[in-house]
Amino acid sequence: MRELLVISGKGGTGKTSITAGLAATGPAKVVADCDVDAADLHLIALPQAQGVVPGTTQAHPFHSGQRAVLDPDQCTQCGICHEKCHFNAITEDIRLRPEYCEGCGMCAYVCPAGAIRMQERLCGQWFRSETRFGTMIHAALGIAEENSGKLVTTVRTVSGDTAREQGLDVILTDGPPGIGCPVIASLTNTRMALLVSEPTRSALHDLQRIVELTRHFRVPAALLLNKADIHPALADEMRAWCAENNLPVAGEFGWTEDFTQAQLLGLAVTEYRPDAWKPRFEQLWETLLARM
Amino acid sequence: MHIAIASGKGGTGKTTLSVNLAAHLSRSGFPVTLVDCDVEEPNAHLFFQPQWAWTRTAHAPVPAVDSSRCIGETCRICVTECRFKALIWMGEIMEFPELCHGCGLCMEACPAGAITESTRVIGTVQMGTVQMDAVRAESISPQNSHTADTPALRLLTGSLRVGEAMSPPLIRELFGQLEQLDQLDMGVHAGQAERIRVSVPRRNEEIVLRDCPPGTSCPVITSMDGADYTILVTEPTPFGLHDLQLAVETLRTLKQPFGVVINRSGMGDNRVDEWLAAQAIPVLARIPHSQQAATVCAEGQLLINALPQMRDAYAALWERLHQIVTQGRNTTEAETTGEAASAKASALSTTIHGVKTNARPDTETDTKAARHAAALQSASEAHHA
Ligand code: SF4
Ligand code: SF4
Repeated sequence: MRELLVISGKGGTGKTSITAGLAATGPAKVVADCDVDAADLHLIALPQAQGVVPGTTQAHPFHSGQRAVLDPDQCTQCGICHEKCHFNAITEDIRLRPEYCEGCGMCAYVCPAGAIRMQERLCGQWFRSETRFGTMIHAALGIAEENSGKLVTTVRTVSGDTAREQGLDVILTDGPPGIGCPVIASLTNTRMALLVSEPTRSALHDLQRIVELTRHFRVPAALLLNKADIHPALADEMRAWCAENNLPVAGEFGWTEDFTQAQLLGLAVTEYRPDAWKPRFEQLWETLLARM
Repeated sequence: MHIAIASGKGGTGKTTLSVNLAAHLSRSGFPVTLVDCDVEEPNAHLFFQPQWAWTRTAHAPVPAVDSSRCIGETCRICVTECRFKALIWMGEIMEFPELCHGCGLCMEACPAGAITESTRVIGTVQMGTVQMDAVRAESISPQNSHTADTPALRLLTGSLRVGEAMSPPLIRELFGQLEQLDQLDMGVHAGQAERIRVSVPRRNEEIVLRDCPPGTSCPVITSMDGADYTILVTEPTPFGLHDLQLAVETLRTLKQPFGVVINRSGMGDNRVDEWLAAQAIPVLARIPHSQQAATVCAEGQLLINALPQMRDAYAALWERLHQIVTQGRNTTEAETTGEAASAKASALSTTIHGVKTNARPDTETDTKAARHAAALQSASEAHHA
């Protein structure tokens, strides 16, 4: 299975717009959105009146881990749970702050009155949608929920199964921001990572960390330098850094209003201005597939 | 006073806002500490040239099992109790530190006292100061001006070790370090601390700005915990609106007051404005979209140094914010001083918390996932109509 993960470190570099462009071009594929914390790709893939067939989005609950539940009738206010919880999830006056509960079970274990029990935790939902780009697997982590890494793993597992069912060999994944647990869950054993960056001091700093992460997990990576013309000197610095650090540059795009305009219309940029953008994205796919 | 700066989506300009607001406040005579809570991608230091006072490695607790004291296969209580599979039995107890959440349950549960707390390195914490140059003294309002030195700005930054999955322990470590810093001891040389002490007007309280990571899950929740106010930064695009809605829901879940800054105002359309108006959420500022501003940020420069209109925009933002936060405090006091003030108080808290008190959705049903599903539903209906 050839899985292409699009990530960018911090965000704001045009990652999801680029993923949408890739989704609308290239080989037949399954599309996955692993930015389960703040998913956006469905805003393009499933906008109003853009080929959504009713009944084709199936929602599935996502359960993971546990959560503490307190029975106030049994609680004697001894305060042991408050004292022992390492996550500040129980206040001094013995109220549970569910957003901070790690689900470790310490409180249930130490409570002498048996007033706390651990319950299965509904952390969010994942979806399978039919879109004009192909089947898309996406998810929504509940507000202030844990276990984003496991939800990412679920999205990836389902994407893999779907691709196999459909006899497809390519999965395109929009990845989460940062370098922490959801990114690590997205990255492990992925065929290739496309790093979307822009010529700014912050983005260069983020890129260096994300490259280190891809190397740590031995995933081949390539750079897409977006908005390359907003700061020519910094763009040169970035190209030089890539050359020095053996990071291939898979493509470069200049700054354009087109991405925002396409987004406002709920379109991929290749649908908004096909003449200008389709060839560039087809070229990008070609470059990437040659390396996958 | 702790002010968190957050957004559902990355790249909306949280860090830009944090560093510029920090600089503005510092120049206006407030002792300011900027805490860069985005430990996965810390960037705030790139905008300053901080003088690093110290760098410390940050640790997270993990268990250390003393196999000579371990009872062995008949017990295995730690293995059964650990919800994160960080301990397994393979002829002896084996530890998987990367999976450990540091909850301490295994140590609590071990009947033989064979498990003690050890630590592993999860990243670094750095403390530095930035001496804001006095050159721009004209931007300082007269009542706060101090001719010779402007006060130093403290920068507390965490950096997650690459490959490390869990950032919340490192964020908690940042707050732990912050607590340890004496309010006026800038952590540098005694002489400099002395100078700063003189130059900081005492009537101004310390302001802590927290530059939060993007998203709505544990790292953000940890970063925003206990903040007096949260500024949500967004941009006027469909992605911006969608992610703002998630961030608003997060703040409502946490029951913390917030307002919104619309960044790159003018780049997209009106949907963010319309939604905020409908929800009665205060807009603290609209920062105009400009190519010039983008270039200044790209270089890692401060907007308020380079562009006079930005200086004004940040001054206005702070004025509005300060007004809201002080109002909020009066409200809290009024609430505790009895019945008479309570009508006024609740009227105020309506505006402060925006929709929190008057248009608060049913939190149980209006979860992100439910709304996501509803949006998909309405999309398909619209198509069918
Ligand atoms: S389950 Fe763990 S994290 Fe949750 S409240 Fe109990 S002790 Fe705290
Ligand atoms: S501290 Fe908690 S998570 Fe870590 S090994 Fe012990 S029981 Fe497991």
